[in-house]
Amino acid sequence: MQKNIILAGVGGQGILSVAYVFDNAALDAGFFFKQAEVHGMAQRGGAVQSNLRYSDVEIHSDVIPEGRCDMVLAVEPLEVMRYWHYLKPDGWVVTSITPYVNIPDYPEIDTLLADLAAFPHMVMVDTGHLARAAGNLRSQNMVTVGAASNLLEFTEEQLLKHVEGLFARKGEKVVAVNRKAFLYGRAAGAFFRALVDGGLDAVKAVKLCSKIKPETMAVALAPAWVERLRNDEALLDTILESGSDVSAES
Amino acid sequence: MSKEILLGDEAIGLGAIHAGISGVYGYPGTPSTEIFEFIERRTKKKGDVHAFWSTNEKVAYEEALGMSWAGKRVLVCMKHVGLNVAADAFMNSALTGTNGGLVLAVADDPGMHSSQNEQDSRYFAQFALIPCFEPRNQQESYDMMLEAFEMSEELAIPVMVRLITRIAHSRSAVTTQSAHPQNPLNPTKEIKRWTLLPSNARVQYAHLTDKQPELLKRAENSIHNELELRGKRGVISCGLSENYLRENLDEDHDLSILSIRQYPMPAEKIRTLVEHVDELLILEDGYPLVENTVRGLFGLIGTEVKGRMTGDLPRTGELNPDLVREALGLPKLETAHSHTGDIALRPPALCKGCPHTDSFKALNEALNTFEDPQVFSDIGCYTLAALPPLEAIHSCVAMGASIGMAAGAAHAGYSPAVAAIGDSTFSHGGITPMLSAVQQEVNLNVLILDNDTVAMTGTQRSMSTGRALDDIVHGTGIDPEHVRIIVPLPKNHDENVKIMREELAHEGPSVIIARRTCIEAIKGH
Repeated sequence: MQKNIILAGVGGQGILSVAYVFDNAALDAGFFFKQAEVHGMAQRGGAVQSNLRYSDVEIHSDVIPEGRCDMVLAVEPLEVMRYWHYLKPDGWVVTSITPYVNIPDYPEIDTLLADLAAFPHMVMVDTGHLARAAGNLRSQNMVTVGAASNLLEFTEEQLLKHVEGLFARKGEKVVAVNRKAFLYGRAAGAFFRALVDGGLDAVKAVKLCSKIKPETMAVALAPAWVERLRNDEALLDTILESGSDVSAES
Repeated sequence: MSKEILLGDEAIGLGAIHAGISGVYGYPGTPSTEIFEFIERRTKKKGDVHAFWSTNEKVAYEEALGMSWAGKRVLVCMKHVGLNVAADAFMNSALTGTNGGLVLAVADDPGMHSSQNEQDSRYFAQFALIPCFEPRNQQESYDMMLEAFEMSEELAIPVMVRLITRIAHSRSAVTTQSAHPQNPLNPTKEIKRWTLLPSNARVQYAHLTDKQPELLKRAENSIHNELELRGKRGVISCGLSENYLRENLDEDHDLSILSIRQYPMPAEKIRTLVEHVDELLILEDGYPLVENTVRGLFGLIGTEVKGRMTGDLPRTGELNPDLVREALGLPKLETAHSHTGDIALRPPALCKGCPHTDSFKALNEALNTFEDPQVFSDIGCYTLAALPPLEAIHSCVAMGASIGMAAGAAHAGYSPAVAAIGDSTFSHGGITPMLSAVQQEVNLNVLILDNDTVAMTGTQRSMSTGRALDDIVHGTGIDPEHVRIIVPLPKNHDENVKIMREELAHEGPSVIIARRTCIEAIKGH
């Protein structure tokens, strides 16, 4: 077993915190791991990435070769495109759909999402929506950890232990927010995939998810939503236009 | 024995602590900064390791040499271009030799992730005639430190450990050992050795050259220089590049491989490999040091040597597993997605609310009465003002160079000659050119961006900020009327432009200190 993950985002979004959680979980699990990161100039709002590799046999290169990447995990949707040519044929993308716009030529978001949605092995989560619901917009990075966790070799407990450890010195409230962000991300990632696997278009699926109360998301409820949206073409627009979030159980 | 997750830089730091250092010296610079910071953090509580950033790398090296003179073990760390600054002390320390073990950890930046060049420090080790270790992973970074200190003390010679960005800033688990006790204070009594008058220096240089066969012998026998002969195709990998090679090989490959991680170059092992193979690929991050040495001026008879000089690998930039794969003649791996062209770039930028933005907005306006004004600048966050939207500075060469270059341009008749430099860069390399400009009464304007910290590398302590900076500026003998202090804030914009215009109109040296604390530093403290 070997897992190679490219963590992508913008300087200041907390990529290194994401790496911290996986590094420590990998150490606990007895895996070999290497994790290369970017320091210095790029951290001032530039594109940043970290190459994270864990394995049950020795790892050589600190950087992931083209064609050996199992997952691009992005805290920002545009950043996926900088790295997805590293993915192996059955590799996955797990990404936030919340754009970080600090450049004048940022692409139109709907075009960007449609381009991403065309990739079959895709998990999209609205990290802005989920982090806000968890209590702090800054916890978007832990939402992506949660969303990716369904595809990795770690248990929920193994990862949560280090989400908590990472924020422990900032106090209980921050720990609670980030725990929640992780759990919402985990549920949203699974719910999104259940919708898409049930036949719903990926862009529609993530748009629906961004209006659903995160604490109500459950895989078991996804087929009914696929069915309802199929029978009522106007339903999604109605939900998107309404001011408040809906329960997945409604 | 315990296991810790460490960056390559941190593994170097912990290795040095466990080797029994009494001090660490350095100046911040990516990718080396975390070596010092780790030691500072780790030893703070106990307080038994002197850890205080130096004004520049030359000072750091000299302080380290003094600690070695006193019999204690010491680590000095810097980035590759920092070694240029320390070169005078460094080169001569090879002649004085060491008393307590002295190890220089220098971090090169192939690919120039955060640097002005990608010079290769292995040349400096060769130039100074000292040994050099080049770890390929985090564990080796840790382990080699103990070995480097032992060697430095045993052979009375400074030892270099060369890192590159990719190992400096990559984490893995490292198994650590118990700590070696620190050396007692034991100043050297060998006065002639440390007094490099020509008559003494000739003797010391002969001692240094006499040590060379021993250094070579150790490299030949080193466990870090592994030779495995298999088929007729050979590869020499240096340091970390071995990982890129192994990444592309199966266990039953038929390549003959020499991995070099300790210098001077192991000539006999290289000869054995060359005689065994028909074709030799050389992998090294940085300059083609081994490649050019092996090929020589005329090439090898009977062995084709491939590498950066033959186009099999790019002449410049960082290596990676994909480039090595191609050089090995292996097919590209299949991917799920092709490269998406034309992705909007996301370059680094000054932070929101950064004082430099306000300083440069004012400077841009103050200069707008001149035709195409050019501003000499320096190395720090403010170098980002070269990029849109500010485009306020027009040079960045070496630490402190802005002032010397502005003076030279002024000597040539260029006006207005403006230099923009940060407070820490000023202490590092700006004070001497400032003194020179004032004493020569050069018509130049120096804008010192005093944000109270070394911002780009992570808000380390600045040596010349606030009152200390003012005193240094006045101490150059400048007319106090032409030392102005402004606060770069949007609300002060018009006033700041006015002050800048007044000083631009002044014939002679003037200094404007733009003083406001870095917002990252405020957040962090």
